[in-house]
Amino acid sequence: MTKNGVQGDTVTLMPADTGTAADAVRDPYDPHDPYDPYVSLTGWGRTAPTTALLVRPRSYEETAEAVRGAGPRGSIARGLGRAYGDAAQNAGGSVLDMTALDRIHAIDADGGVVACDAGVSLHRLMEVLVPLGWFVPVTPGTRYVTVGGAIGGDIHGGNHQVSGSFARHVLSLELLTADGEIRTVLPGTPLFDATAGGLGLTGVVLSATVRLHPVATSLMTVDTERAGDLDDLLARLTAANPATGRPYRYAVARIDLLARGSALGRSVLMRAEHAPLEALEALPARARRRPLAFRPARLPATPAHLPSGLLGRAAVGLLNGVWYRGAPRRRTGELQRLSAFFHPLDGVPRWNRVYGRQGFVQYQFVVGDGQEEALRRIVERVARRGFPSFLAVLKRFGEADPGWLSFPAAGWALALDLPAGLTGAGSFLDELDEDVAAAGGRVNLAKDARLRPELLAAMYPKLAEFRALRAALDPGAVFTSDLSRRLDL
Amino acid sequence: MKDAFGIPQSLLILGGTSEIGLATARRLIARRTRTVWLAGRPSPALDTAADRLRTLGAEVRTVPFDALDPGSHAEVLGKVFTEGDIDMVLLAFGILGDQAHDEADPPAAVRVAQTNYTGAVSAGLVCAGALQIQGHGSLVVLSSVAGERARRTDFIYGSSKAGLDAFAQGLGDAMLGTGVQVMIVRPGFVRSPRTAGRPETPLATTPEAVAAAIELGLRRRSETVWVPGALRPVMSALRHLPRPVFRRLPV
Repeated sequence: MTKNGVQGDTVTLMPADTGTAADAVRDPYDPHDPYDPYVSLTGWGRTAPTTALLVRPRSYEETAEAVRGAGPRGSIARGLGRAYGDAAQNAGGSVLDMTALDRIHAIDADGGVVACDAGVSLHRLMEVLVPLGWFVPVTPGTRYVTVGGAIGGDIHGGNHQVSGSFARHVLSLELLTADGEIRTVLPGTPLFDATAGGLGLTGVVLSATVRLHPVATSLMTVDTERAGDLDDLLARLTAANPATGRPYRYAVARIDLLARGSALGRSVLMRAEHAPLEALEALPARARRRPLAFRPARLPATPAHLPSGLLGRAAVGLLNGVWYRGAPRRRTGELQRLSAFFHPLDGVPRWNRVYGRQGFVQYQFVVGDGQEEALRRIVERVARRGFPSFLAVLKRFGEADPGWLSFPAAGWALALDLPAGLTGAGSFLDELDEDVAAAGGRVNLAKDARLRPELLAAMYPKLAEFRALRAALDPGAVFTSDLSRRLDL
Repeated sequence: MKDAFGIPQSLLILGGTSEIGLATARRLIARRTRTVWLAGRPSPALDTAADRLRTLGAEVRTVPFDALDPGSHAEVLGKVFTEGDIDMVLLAFGILGDQAHDEADPPAAVRVAQTNYTGAVSAGLVCAGALQIQGHGSLVVLSSVAGERARRTDFIYGSSKAGLDAFAQGLGDAMLGTGVQVMIVRPGFVRSPRTAGRPETPLATTPEAVAAAIELGLRRRSETVWVPGALRPVMSALRHLPRPVFRRLPV
């Protein structure tokens, strides 16, 4: 039995890299053949691998051809693979690696607008735009997401309260739909609202025009403080910046979910603004010469094949404690580079390997304003259970975004990572789902790898509209992912 | 689709009245599984098993399946796969036979071999092919420690499981990179109505324990699971004992 036995049955596509010299010497029984277009894919969490034909289109025409030629198991677009769960996997079908569509078409350096292909990463945009005095409107905890992925997951950042999600800043996008046509989609239309946060299930985003945020420097002025418990934290997250009288532009709290009792919810709160030019006066002349320089540092990549269980209870308890006690009680006006403030983990390439081969699950939920008690119950539950959650982040969200499956809603959002190898983690998260749904909250689908489909409709009230639009636009379910199969989207 | 913890949403059990198969189904239904197919020879026992699983909240369907009729496997099992993805196939059928009787009745011995080995080869290949087209799924094969080293007291059964085990190992290697996981489960003596009255060997286990080990193996994406886990070092040692010594062991 050859491993490419699926070829004749499901696929009429040609992989993008056919015709290489290596084809002549390919061994059909070699599981490590680097030219095999059938590849095992996972999300960033490295759980639930499935195999698909990976196609890397280099033009809109090649993309359209790949979509038109998709087999019975359909096709889904994939960017840089930063979605934690199975949103950009398609078992037995094809996966379109969009990163070859990486052109920036136009930049309006006066008005602050960029038009680019969907495969352009936010990292690339920052490299080009920051020196021109512009920053992306919204950035998640990593720069290594594509513009297409940012729209499909309708990503948010620490500035959600002020700026909303990414799709709010998209002025228009071009969408390749199941019929092979390319449509220009404008905000305010049903197709736009289904596509923003639509996990690639309405079509393939080919390009987008995005409004930018002006910056005077590539530095951030960061106020760091400790919050001793959850009440303290929530109060501080609500407070305005004393310097401006308005809410901080960016605010995130790293919360120690292993702390219990009176320390329950103890956190390090980081709030920041883009540094104005005057803020640089304290720096030495050399550092002031290029205020808009963007030069993120990177360490060597995390080694492959680390054992599972490195981040166990004891290690995480220790690290969380050191993190909390090592943080200043209160420090204001610290200057940090953009990359250091927004994307500290991007400095460690492939950090997801630290969880070992069993991978990890990121669980993110939001509960509304007024549901602080529900939030407290969940934090208590996690602390009592003592699961080692190293990277828990609490944010305050502003108004919900228009995307039908967009995650944010006004309230409190907590994200936590759990090793997938933990005994009982699955049923524990199921219990949290119940709490979240009962509080009128929802979990983030772009990060999900384990939600039960029954809870989906309660969490996303526009689900029926989404399904109806998809049924009309894509009756043959050309755009299908492991996530859409699992959750019956 | 399986979730991040390897729990399937749909399950096909070949050998729908198997104690281990049903214990596994009960365990998985409590976690995620919503669709269960029970494949087996039509019988009141099969219908009862289906009804019991229904009360747990799963959608259960039965499909007529006979391990001794390999010619029908492609059609019967193919039909199941056309109704939707199967996230996990549990190859749970098998018969113990009666060693003392079967030694004097070669056709009965052959029936054990045909059920446990050739029937499983056929069904295993059909399911592996279907899973490969899906690009995902687990094929869980119930082997036995009896196949690890032949014993005087059950070598007919043991040899059939040895064949199945070797087949499943090779199939697992063939499936590498296809998204299909082949997991071999090697339980020791399993206490169940089927084994009632038979002499128990040390490190005996229960269908529920095997089910728990299968769930753990799915989460870890294991290739081999021993139940109980202590059997792995024990069998590793027994496998290397010289035959004159092994023969004298009271097992």
